[in-house]
Amino acid sequence: MGQFIFLIRRDLSLAFRQGMDSVMVVVFFVIAVVLFPFGVGPEPGVLERISAGVIWVAALLAAMLSLERLFQTDYEDGSLELLALSSLPMEVTVLAKVVAHWITTGLPLIVAAPVLAVLMQMDAGGFGVLILALLLGTPSLSLIGAVGAALILGSRRGGVLLSLLVLPLYIPVLIFGVSAVDGAIGGYEYQAQLMILGGFFAGSLALAPFAGAAGLRQSLE
Amino acid sequence: MFQGKNLTCVRGERIVFQDLNFDLAEGGALVLIGPNGAGKSSLLRLMAGLLAPAEGSLLWKGENTLDDFDEHALRLHYVGHHDAVKPVLTGLENVRFWSGVRGGKIDDEHILGALDAFDAGRLADVAGRFLSAGQKRRVNLARIIAAPAPLWLLDEPTTALDRASIGLLDTAIRKHRESGGAVVLSTHADIDLDAATVMDLADFAATHPLGYPFAGAA
Repeated sequence: MGQFIFLIRRDLSLAFRQGMDSVMVVVFFVIAVVLFPFGVGPEPGVLERISAGVIWVAALLAAMLSLERLFQTDYEDGSLELLALSSLPMEVTVLAKVVAHWITTGLPLIVAAPVLAVLMQMDAGGFGVLILALLLGTPSLSLIGAVGAALILGSRRGGVLLSLLVLPLYIPVLIFGVSAVDGAIGGYEYQAQLMILGGFFAGSLALAPFAGAAGLRQSLE
Repeated sequence: MFQGKNLTCVRGERIVFQDLNFDLAEGGALVLIGPNGAGKSSLLRLMAGLLAPAEGSLLWKGENTLDDFDEHALRLHYVGHHDAVKPVLTGLENVRFWSGVRGGKIDDEHILGALDAFDAGRLADVAGRFLSAGQKRRVNLARIIAAPAPLWLLDEPTTALDRASIGLLDTAIRKHRESGGAVVLSTHADIDLDAATVMDLADFAATHPLGYPFAGAA
């Protein structure tokens, strides 16, 4: 447990000192969402209708951006081999890196989301559920993404391959994330969607570290 | 203490070496030589558990090392071609991380002591991106002093090191062996260890001219 925290802290301090990665993710998220009012025009009805979907899709793409580097730098400078030879099981290493990734990218997205929701003229009734849905959904994005990030190690043009691998797996999270927010705005039930998002989170939490670790081992061969 | 029996290594459907045996005693040293591509690095990675042997077994005090990868990993230090020095962390922070992640001591004094063993104390406050190749190597070597392990696997550890640093590495290896540790290193003969077994990997090249796997059995 001590080493688990130790690894998370190291990844966090790396992220804070490099800084750019998480800032870039949030800026991309903001810009991607801001493009929509320009593209579809400022009519309140239209923007309001698509707000949840736009915010979720932009969040997925922003989360994708940073995934490529999740294991890449450790792979290139030999740290990954040494992490494999540390006292931490590979699965725990993957989990620690995912936690650090979520704190540096998922969390800032959640903080930025309500501001963008205002911009998209989302009904205020949806804000709370949007944040809740993102809180449940973004960890799944990081976990699923980690499997993809482990599989692309050592391949050229890894970033494109990563999006091909990972985006289809994000679709269920997107569907239920958007539907929860739309439900809350329309005054319908949304607990079920949140529970399903929670289920995805629990499922990916249980499976992704193993799949990711298998991918990393493969890359070290 | 550490034995390899009938080891065969296959990379990309080609045999790199076959029927390789070694027996490393406490305080022993094994020096791997051989031309490029003879399998020096592959053998070291195999010993570390990063590669699985196609045939044969590795035994640590009679136990198969493949049975428990995590346990075997803690017995050894592996120094590969890359130095695993993070550009934004200082020398001290780099070594402290690698010591801590193995459950070693992480107080400043201890880490500085490890850096001093390679005359890298001055690099403690310098960020990794400002270090030269040789300085990075020294920080990487300090890591193996900081968290002791009985087996050192060093893949061309002298690369990029100056003469003085090679001398320090010599001293570190001698101390490690005196305290009962074993060391395996690959080299192009710019380090000489007392009472070391020298193994030329060219002697274990595939017997079949094309080197296809298991050609010998056919």
